[in-house]
Amino acid sequence: MAVCIAVIAKENYPLYIRSVPTQNELKFHYTVHTSLDVVEEKISSVGKSMGDQRELYLGLLYPTEDYKVYGYVTNSKVKFVIVVDSSNTSLRDNEIRSMFRKLHNSFTDVMCNPFHNPGDHIQSKAFDGIVSGMMVQTG
Amino acid sequence: MEQQEEKPIIYTMENKPIVTCAGDQGLFTSLYTSLAQQLPREPMEWRRTYGRAPKMIHLEANFVQFKEELLPKEGNKALLTFPFLHIYWTDCCDTEVYKTSVREDMMRWQNSLRTHSSADWVIIVVETNDTKKKNKTNILPRSSIVDKIRSDFCNKQNDRCVVLSDPLKDSSRSQESWNSLLLKLRTLLLMSFTKNLGRFEDDMRTLREKRTQPGWSFCEYFMVQEELAFVFEMLQQFEDALVQYDELDALFTQYVLNFGAGDTANWLGSFCAPVRSWSGLLLRRPIDMEKRDGIQRGEASLLDLRSYLFSRQCTLLIFLQRPWEVTQRALELLHNCVQELRLLEVSVLEGALDCWVFLSCLEVLHRIEGCCDQAQLAANCSYTVGLWAYATDKLKSLGELCGLVLEKGPTSEDLNRTVDLLAGLGDERPETVNSLQSPYKKLKEALSSVEAFERHYLELSHAAMEMYRAIGRLRSARLVGKSLAEFHMRKGDPARAETFLQEALKSYVSEGWSLPVTHTRKQIAECQKLLGRTDDYLQTSALLAGDVNLTTEERKHFCQEILTFAGISGDQSQKVTLSMGVFTQLTQLQFHPATASVHSGAVLKVELTLRCLMPIPVNIQQLVASIHFDVDHGGTHGRSKGTQRQTNQGTIEFTQGNSSVGPHSYLGTGPALELDEIQDRSPSDNSLNSTGVVCKNTHLLMRRHDSNSPLATPNCVSPPTVAMKEGAQMLKVQDVTLKPGNNSIVFTAPSGQPGTYTLRQLCATIGEVQFVLPHIYPSVQYEVYSQEPQLTVEPLAEPLLAGLPQMVKFTLLTGHYTVKKGDALQLSNTDTMPILPSSTCTARTHSPAAELVGENILSIQSSEKVTSISLPPTPPYHTLEFQLEVLCIIPSGSDRPANERLTNGEVRHRPRSYSHPDTPMTAIDQRMSIDCPWSIYSTLLALTFYIPFKTKHSLLSAGNRKYVQVCVQNVSDVSFTLAEVKLTEKQHASLELQSLNTKSQQLLCSKHSVFCLWEVRWKEDLPLCLQCVFSANFSPFNQDISAFKPYHYQFQLERVTTLYSVRAEIVPPAGEQQCRSGLLCGLEVCITRLTEPAEGELAEESKTDTDGLKTTKLMYEVADSSSNWAVCGRSSGMVSMPMTANATHKVQIEVMPLFAGHLPFPKIKVLKYLPHTAAVAIQPDPDSCVENDSLSLLDKTLDDQADTASIRSRGSVHSVGSGDQQQKGVAMPRLEPFSPGQVFNHTHARQVLVLPATDDHIMEVNAT
Repeated sequence: MAVCIAVIAKENYPLYIRSVPTQNELKFHYTVHTSLDVVEEKISSVGKSMGDQRELYLGLLYPTEDYKVYGYVTNSKVKFVIVVDSSNTSLRDNEIRSMFRKLHNSFTDVMCNPFHNPGDHIQSKAFDGIVSGMMVQTG
Repeated sequence: MEQQEEKPIIYTMENKPIVTCAGDQGLFTSLYTSLAQQLPREPMEWRRTYGRAPKMIHLEANFVQFKEELLPKEGNKALLTFPFLHIYWTDCCDTEVYKTSVREDMMRWQNSLRTHSSADWVIIVVETNDTKKKNKTNILPRSSIVDKIRSDFCNKQNDRCVVLSDPLKDSSRSQESWNSLLLKLRTLLLMSFTKNLGRFEDDMRTLREKRTQPGWSFCEYFMVQEELAFVFEMLQQFEDALVQYDELDALFTQYVLNFGAGDTANWLGSFCAPVRSWSGLLLRRPIDMEKRDGIQRGEASLLDLRSYLFSRQCTLLIFLQRPWEVTQRALELLHNCVQELRLLEVSVLEGALDCWVFLSCLEVLHRIEGCCDQAQLAANCSYTVGLWAYATDKLKSLGELCGLVLEKGPTSEDLNRTVDLLAGLGDERPETVNSLQSPYKKLKEALSSVEAFERHYLELSHAAMEMYRAIGRLRSARLVGKSLAEFHMRKGDPARAETFLQEALKSYVSEGWSLPVTHTRKQIAECQKLLGRTDDYLQTSALLAGDVNLTTEERKHFCQEILTFAGISGDQSQKVTLSMGVFTQLTQLQFHPATASVHSGAVLKVELTLRCLMPIPVNIQQLVASIHFDVDHGGTHGRSKGTQRQTNQGTIEFTQGNSSVGPHSYLGTGPALELDEIQDRSPSDNSLNSTGVVCKNTHLLMRRHDSNSPLATPNCVSPPTVAMKEGAQMLKVQDVTLKPGNNSIVFTAPSGQPGTYTLRQLCATIGEVQFVLPHIYPSVQYEVYSQEPQLTVEPLAEPLLAGLPQMVKFTLLTGHYTVKKGDALQLSNTDTMPILPSSTCTARTHSPAAELVGENILSIQSSEKVTSISLPPTPPYHTLEFQLEVLCIIPSGSDRPANERLTNGEVRHRPRSYSHPDTPMTAIDQRMSIDCPWSIYSTLLALTFYIPFKTKHSLLSAGNRKYVQVCVQNVSDVSFTLAEVKLTEKQHASLELQSLNTKSQQLLCSKHSVFCLWEVRWKEDLPLCLQCVFSANFSPFNQDISAFKPYHYQFQLERVTTLYSVRAEIVPPAGEQQCRSGLLCGLEVCITRLTEPAEGELAEESKTDTDGLKTTKLMYEVADSSSNWAVCGRSSGMVSMPMTANATHKVQIEVMPLFAGHLPFPKIKVLKYLPHTAAVAIQPDPDSCVENDSLSLLDKTLDDQADTASIRSRGSVHSVGSGDQQQKGVAMPRLEPFSPGQVFNHTHARQVLVLPATDDHIMEVNAT
């Protein structure tokens, strides 16, 4: 399960970012922010080759000693980043994909809310719940 | 033949599949060179088992002399030493020799092969022409030897014996023979590979399947599978070889994962041993035998195994020309190893892994650098840069561990640790001993001294940053920069740190990452404090004090930093100026009064709402808003402009576009467009000249975005260059305390001079610190105006009705004028609109805010010419209101008195009535002239009254009797009561007008009419002209009698007397009792003169006949407008009437009724016929035209009867009817109608019964 989940706007500011454990929050902010480099790299390289039929899932952005960072980009260039603990070896690529899909669905619901102002921080409880379900449960 | 069997097997690229050679060694030696050369020349297709794709393969072989020992013993798994093919060479062509020696030798060879169950063999028989020639006589045909061999050995395997002809000759036959031999050899070799490798793989799989059994060892299995990899490598099938290693890698990884999941394999124990050596990867040898031996012995550590595996993979990848994959895999490997060691809970000396990773990273980088060209390296920078960054990271943590980053240098404890770490590195490998830049040397050097460490660390960091930049990963580069900054900070070098921090901060701010912003800013604050850059430090502190990401304690600390500085009364005259946005935000500004527009001298309050971002209440010594003043040239006009602009009830909301960490601060397009519609109207008639849209905030939108404006980057190096404008007017409050959150501060705005005041800047002063808001945006303005006194009079109720007392409202805007005691308004009186005196006339005084401030009774004095109204004392810019009752007298008719002069000498304007387009009522404009105390000129005001009635009169006759009818129509919206209706004649006293009206009072409803009738009676002659006056009293309905007001209507009646009477009879046709339709009947017209000619009449239109009798000419005309009658024959004619009473003239006309029923009589008209001598030209009556038309219609119906007279008559009439200006001058005979009442027609409204024609049997009935 994820240790950090972030939603980043098209303009690269965070719409939503949550991590466990909370004391490492800053580190995750740095990690997610840095991962945007790779996201942009992947988007630009994919954009050239595939046209509009592109895969939203970007795969492993980069591994670090402790974490694996996965990326996903919606068609409107909103980025999802999931950080997984490296020691968590049970997670397969497919599971990461399905996590992203779930996240995307929930995000779409948030955007469909007429009272949500696109571009604002996500404060939806439903979205929060979905994210919590994907996060590592720490005691 | 080489003596290779003596050497130990060295696992190098030189390995080739072994082929043994038996038989004639000399023969083989002679052929060896060309054989070894030609064998690999052409590729063979290798078909594989298990559905693996076939491959083209170039075969090489290592030919060795056959020895019994070379044959593998049972159970020997070695593949590299395995002889894949056995060849027996012979050039024997002598049967005898064959039988005696060669055959036996072959048998021995075959037997030894068979005992080792090796079936891969071939016998080569070499034939040369020389040998053939030599032994031509005593030998069998050469085929027989081959046949013999085949029959002796190749049991049904004829292909196992090959003939090579003339190998050393350069002939086509020889070449052909070579080719077939090579093909055979290749085929056989491949067959052998397929068979033997297949068998080996099967064995290997069997072994792998046993891995769950207790005694299974990974290391053993490793050796087996690696043997296969070696063979593939030997066959140059690097891909397949790599697959073997990858499989081993995966298998091992799976075991480690299973271990983590609790499934422990015994053999893993050896890998869990504490790590004693961390010498890093070694990639320079194709095979690291040292480690391989370790693995073989089962003594390798996890790092050893991984290192060895990776070095093999690396070698193969380089063979495959995919060096970048090495870097990619290397990073994964390093991460993975660290994880695996954790998972297996292997005890590692602290820092040892860092050493290992650092060395490994550098080793990989060096290795790759050696085998890639620069372009390739650059293209795969994204992989290598990860290694650089990883190495940098590890070196940093090593430095921290060994106390190399501290300012004071390592402690003895640190030194001990360093020694331990260095011990684990072992000795430098022989491969790199001579290299100056080996990873080993680097690490050793870096750990040896603080200076060396710094050098190496900076070098690595910069390299990593450069690379990140080169591939566009700026964020990563900045992160490296940040960690470099942290290093500089530790080393006590804040100046260098700050550059990196600022750069990182800029990126975080621009992308709205608040947590990194806060963290970085905190580091910057530390830097700035150390550097003693007070301005910047205070600015950053202010930002941090207002940062919600920090704890309250931290925020308080930074806030206290500012306050502490502010408290120090510095000698420096220069105060520290900071941007206000970080300290407090202006959220709202409110004007009281809300219009933001006051007259000069009035009180205007400005209320600011400041959201203080500080965590604690802050006492501000002075808060100043500077004002820009513009003299308003528009006079009072400016007021309306000002109120128009200030919408939203005088409240201006400020959106926080410059909040320092908000996600939207830098994003999007900046401030939104603020557009305003402008309309340029012509000053004279207010018509639209042009219209358009203006952008009010172009100065914000058009600004260059890269400029380091102080507002945009609150943390920039240079202090915000904001200064208060000197000498400007200011709003000022002293000593206010701003609490955290919203604060309301009220200023009293200066309002001395009229003009526009714009709030420009805001400045809060705390001791030595000033917080300045350089621009207040959106711009805030208020207006101070000065106004001339203004007097308006307007009706209390629309419309003002003439003839009735009406209330009008006087409104006096005092403007800048103060109404003193004794000031009065002088109204010039007029007759047509007297001002009605009233006892209680109250004046109300309103303040500018529309509050009632006073009520006074007005004293009104009226003299003959002037009405004077004394005003109560009123302060400036107040409104004075009072009401007066006025009456506009309805003008009764045509009488117009001569112009009078008013008291002030002006010509009195006669009220002139006119019809108004909006109402049926006739309007009258009444002008008033008022002298005001503030001006030497009179004020002229106009009021419009409306006459509620329209009156018409008519004269009615009955023979000689005369009646006057007056119709009063109420055109107003009010109902009236009409009373005392009266008609009087002014000149003739003898005349009696007898009223036929019964009611004394009558209701006259809105839009209704009342008719009144009088009979005119006279004693003597009836005068020619009557001057009548109709008068009545009226009052609005439901009001008492005292409210009745008179209404007069004058009119004149002329030519009242009846001159002629016209009688007519219709005579039925002869023999008929009644008229019948379609039958001609006679119309007898009798015109009788009733009176003696009056004097005027004689002069005007009579003429003396030859017989002395005065006659006048009349024209009669019979017309029927409703087509009931057809006039046959003459329809009109002229009669000459004697001007004496009772003179009669009779005319007979034939008419025919066209319908049956009671038909009205045809109309008989009598007109005056004026001969051409008549001087007076009278405008033709349009009515005559109409009659003319009916005449022609009459003619048309009788088309068939040509009547020249009728036509003639028509022509004459026509000439009269259409008589135009040109004809006027020419003396033509004319027709002139009589005035109503002069001719009385007895047939008017008479009817005659007409029976239907006798033959009309069919009656048409139309029922609708």
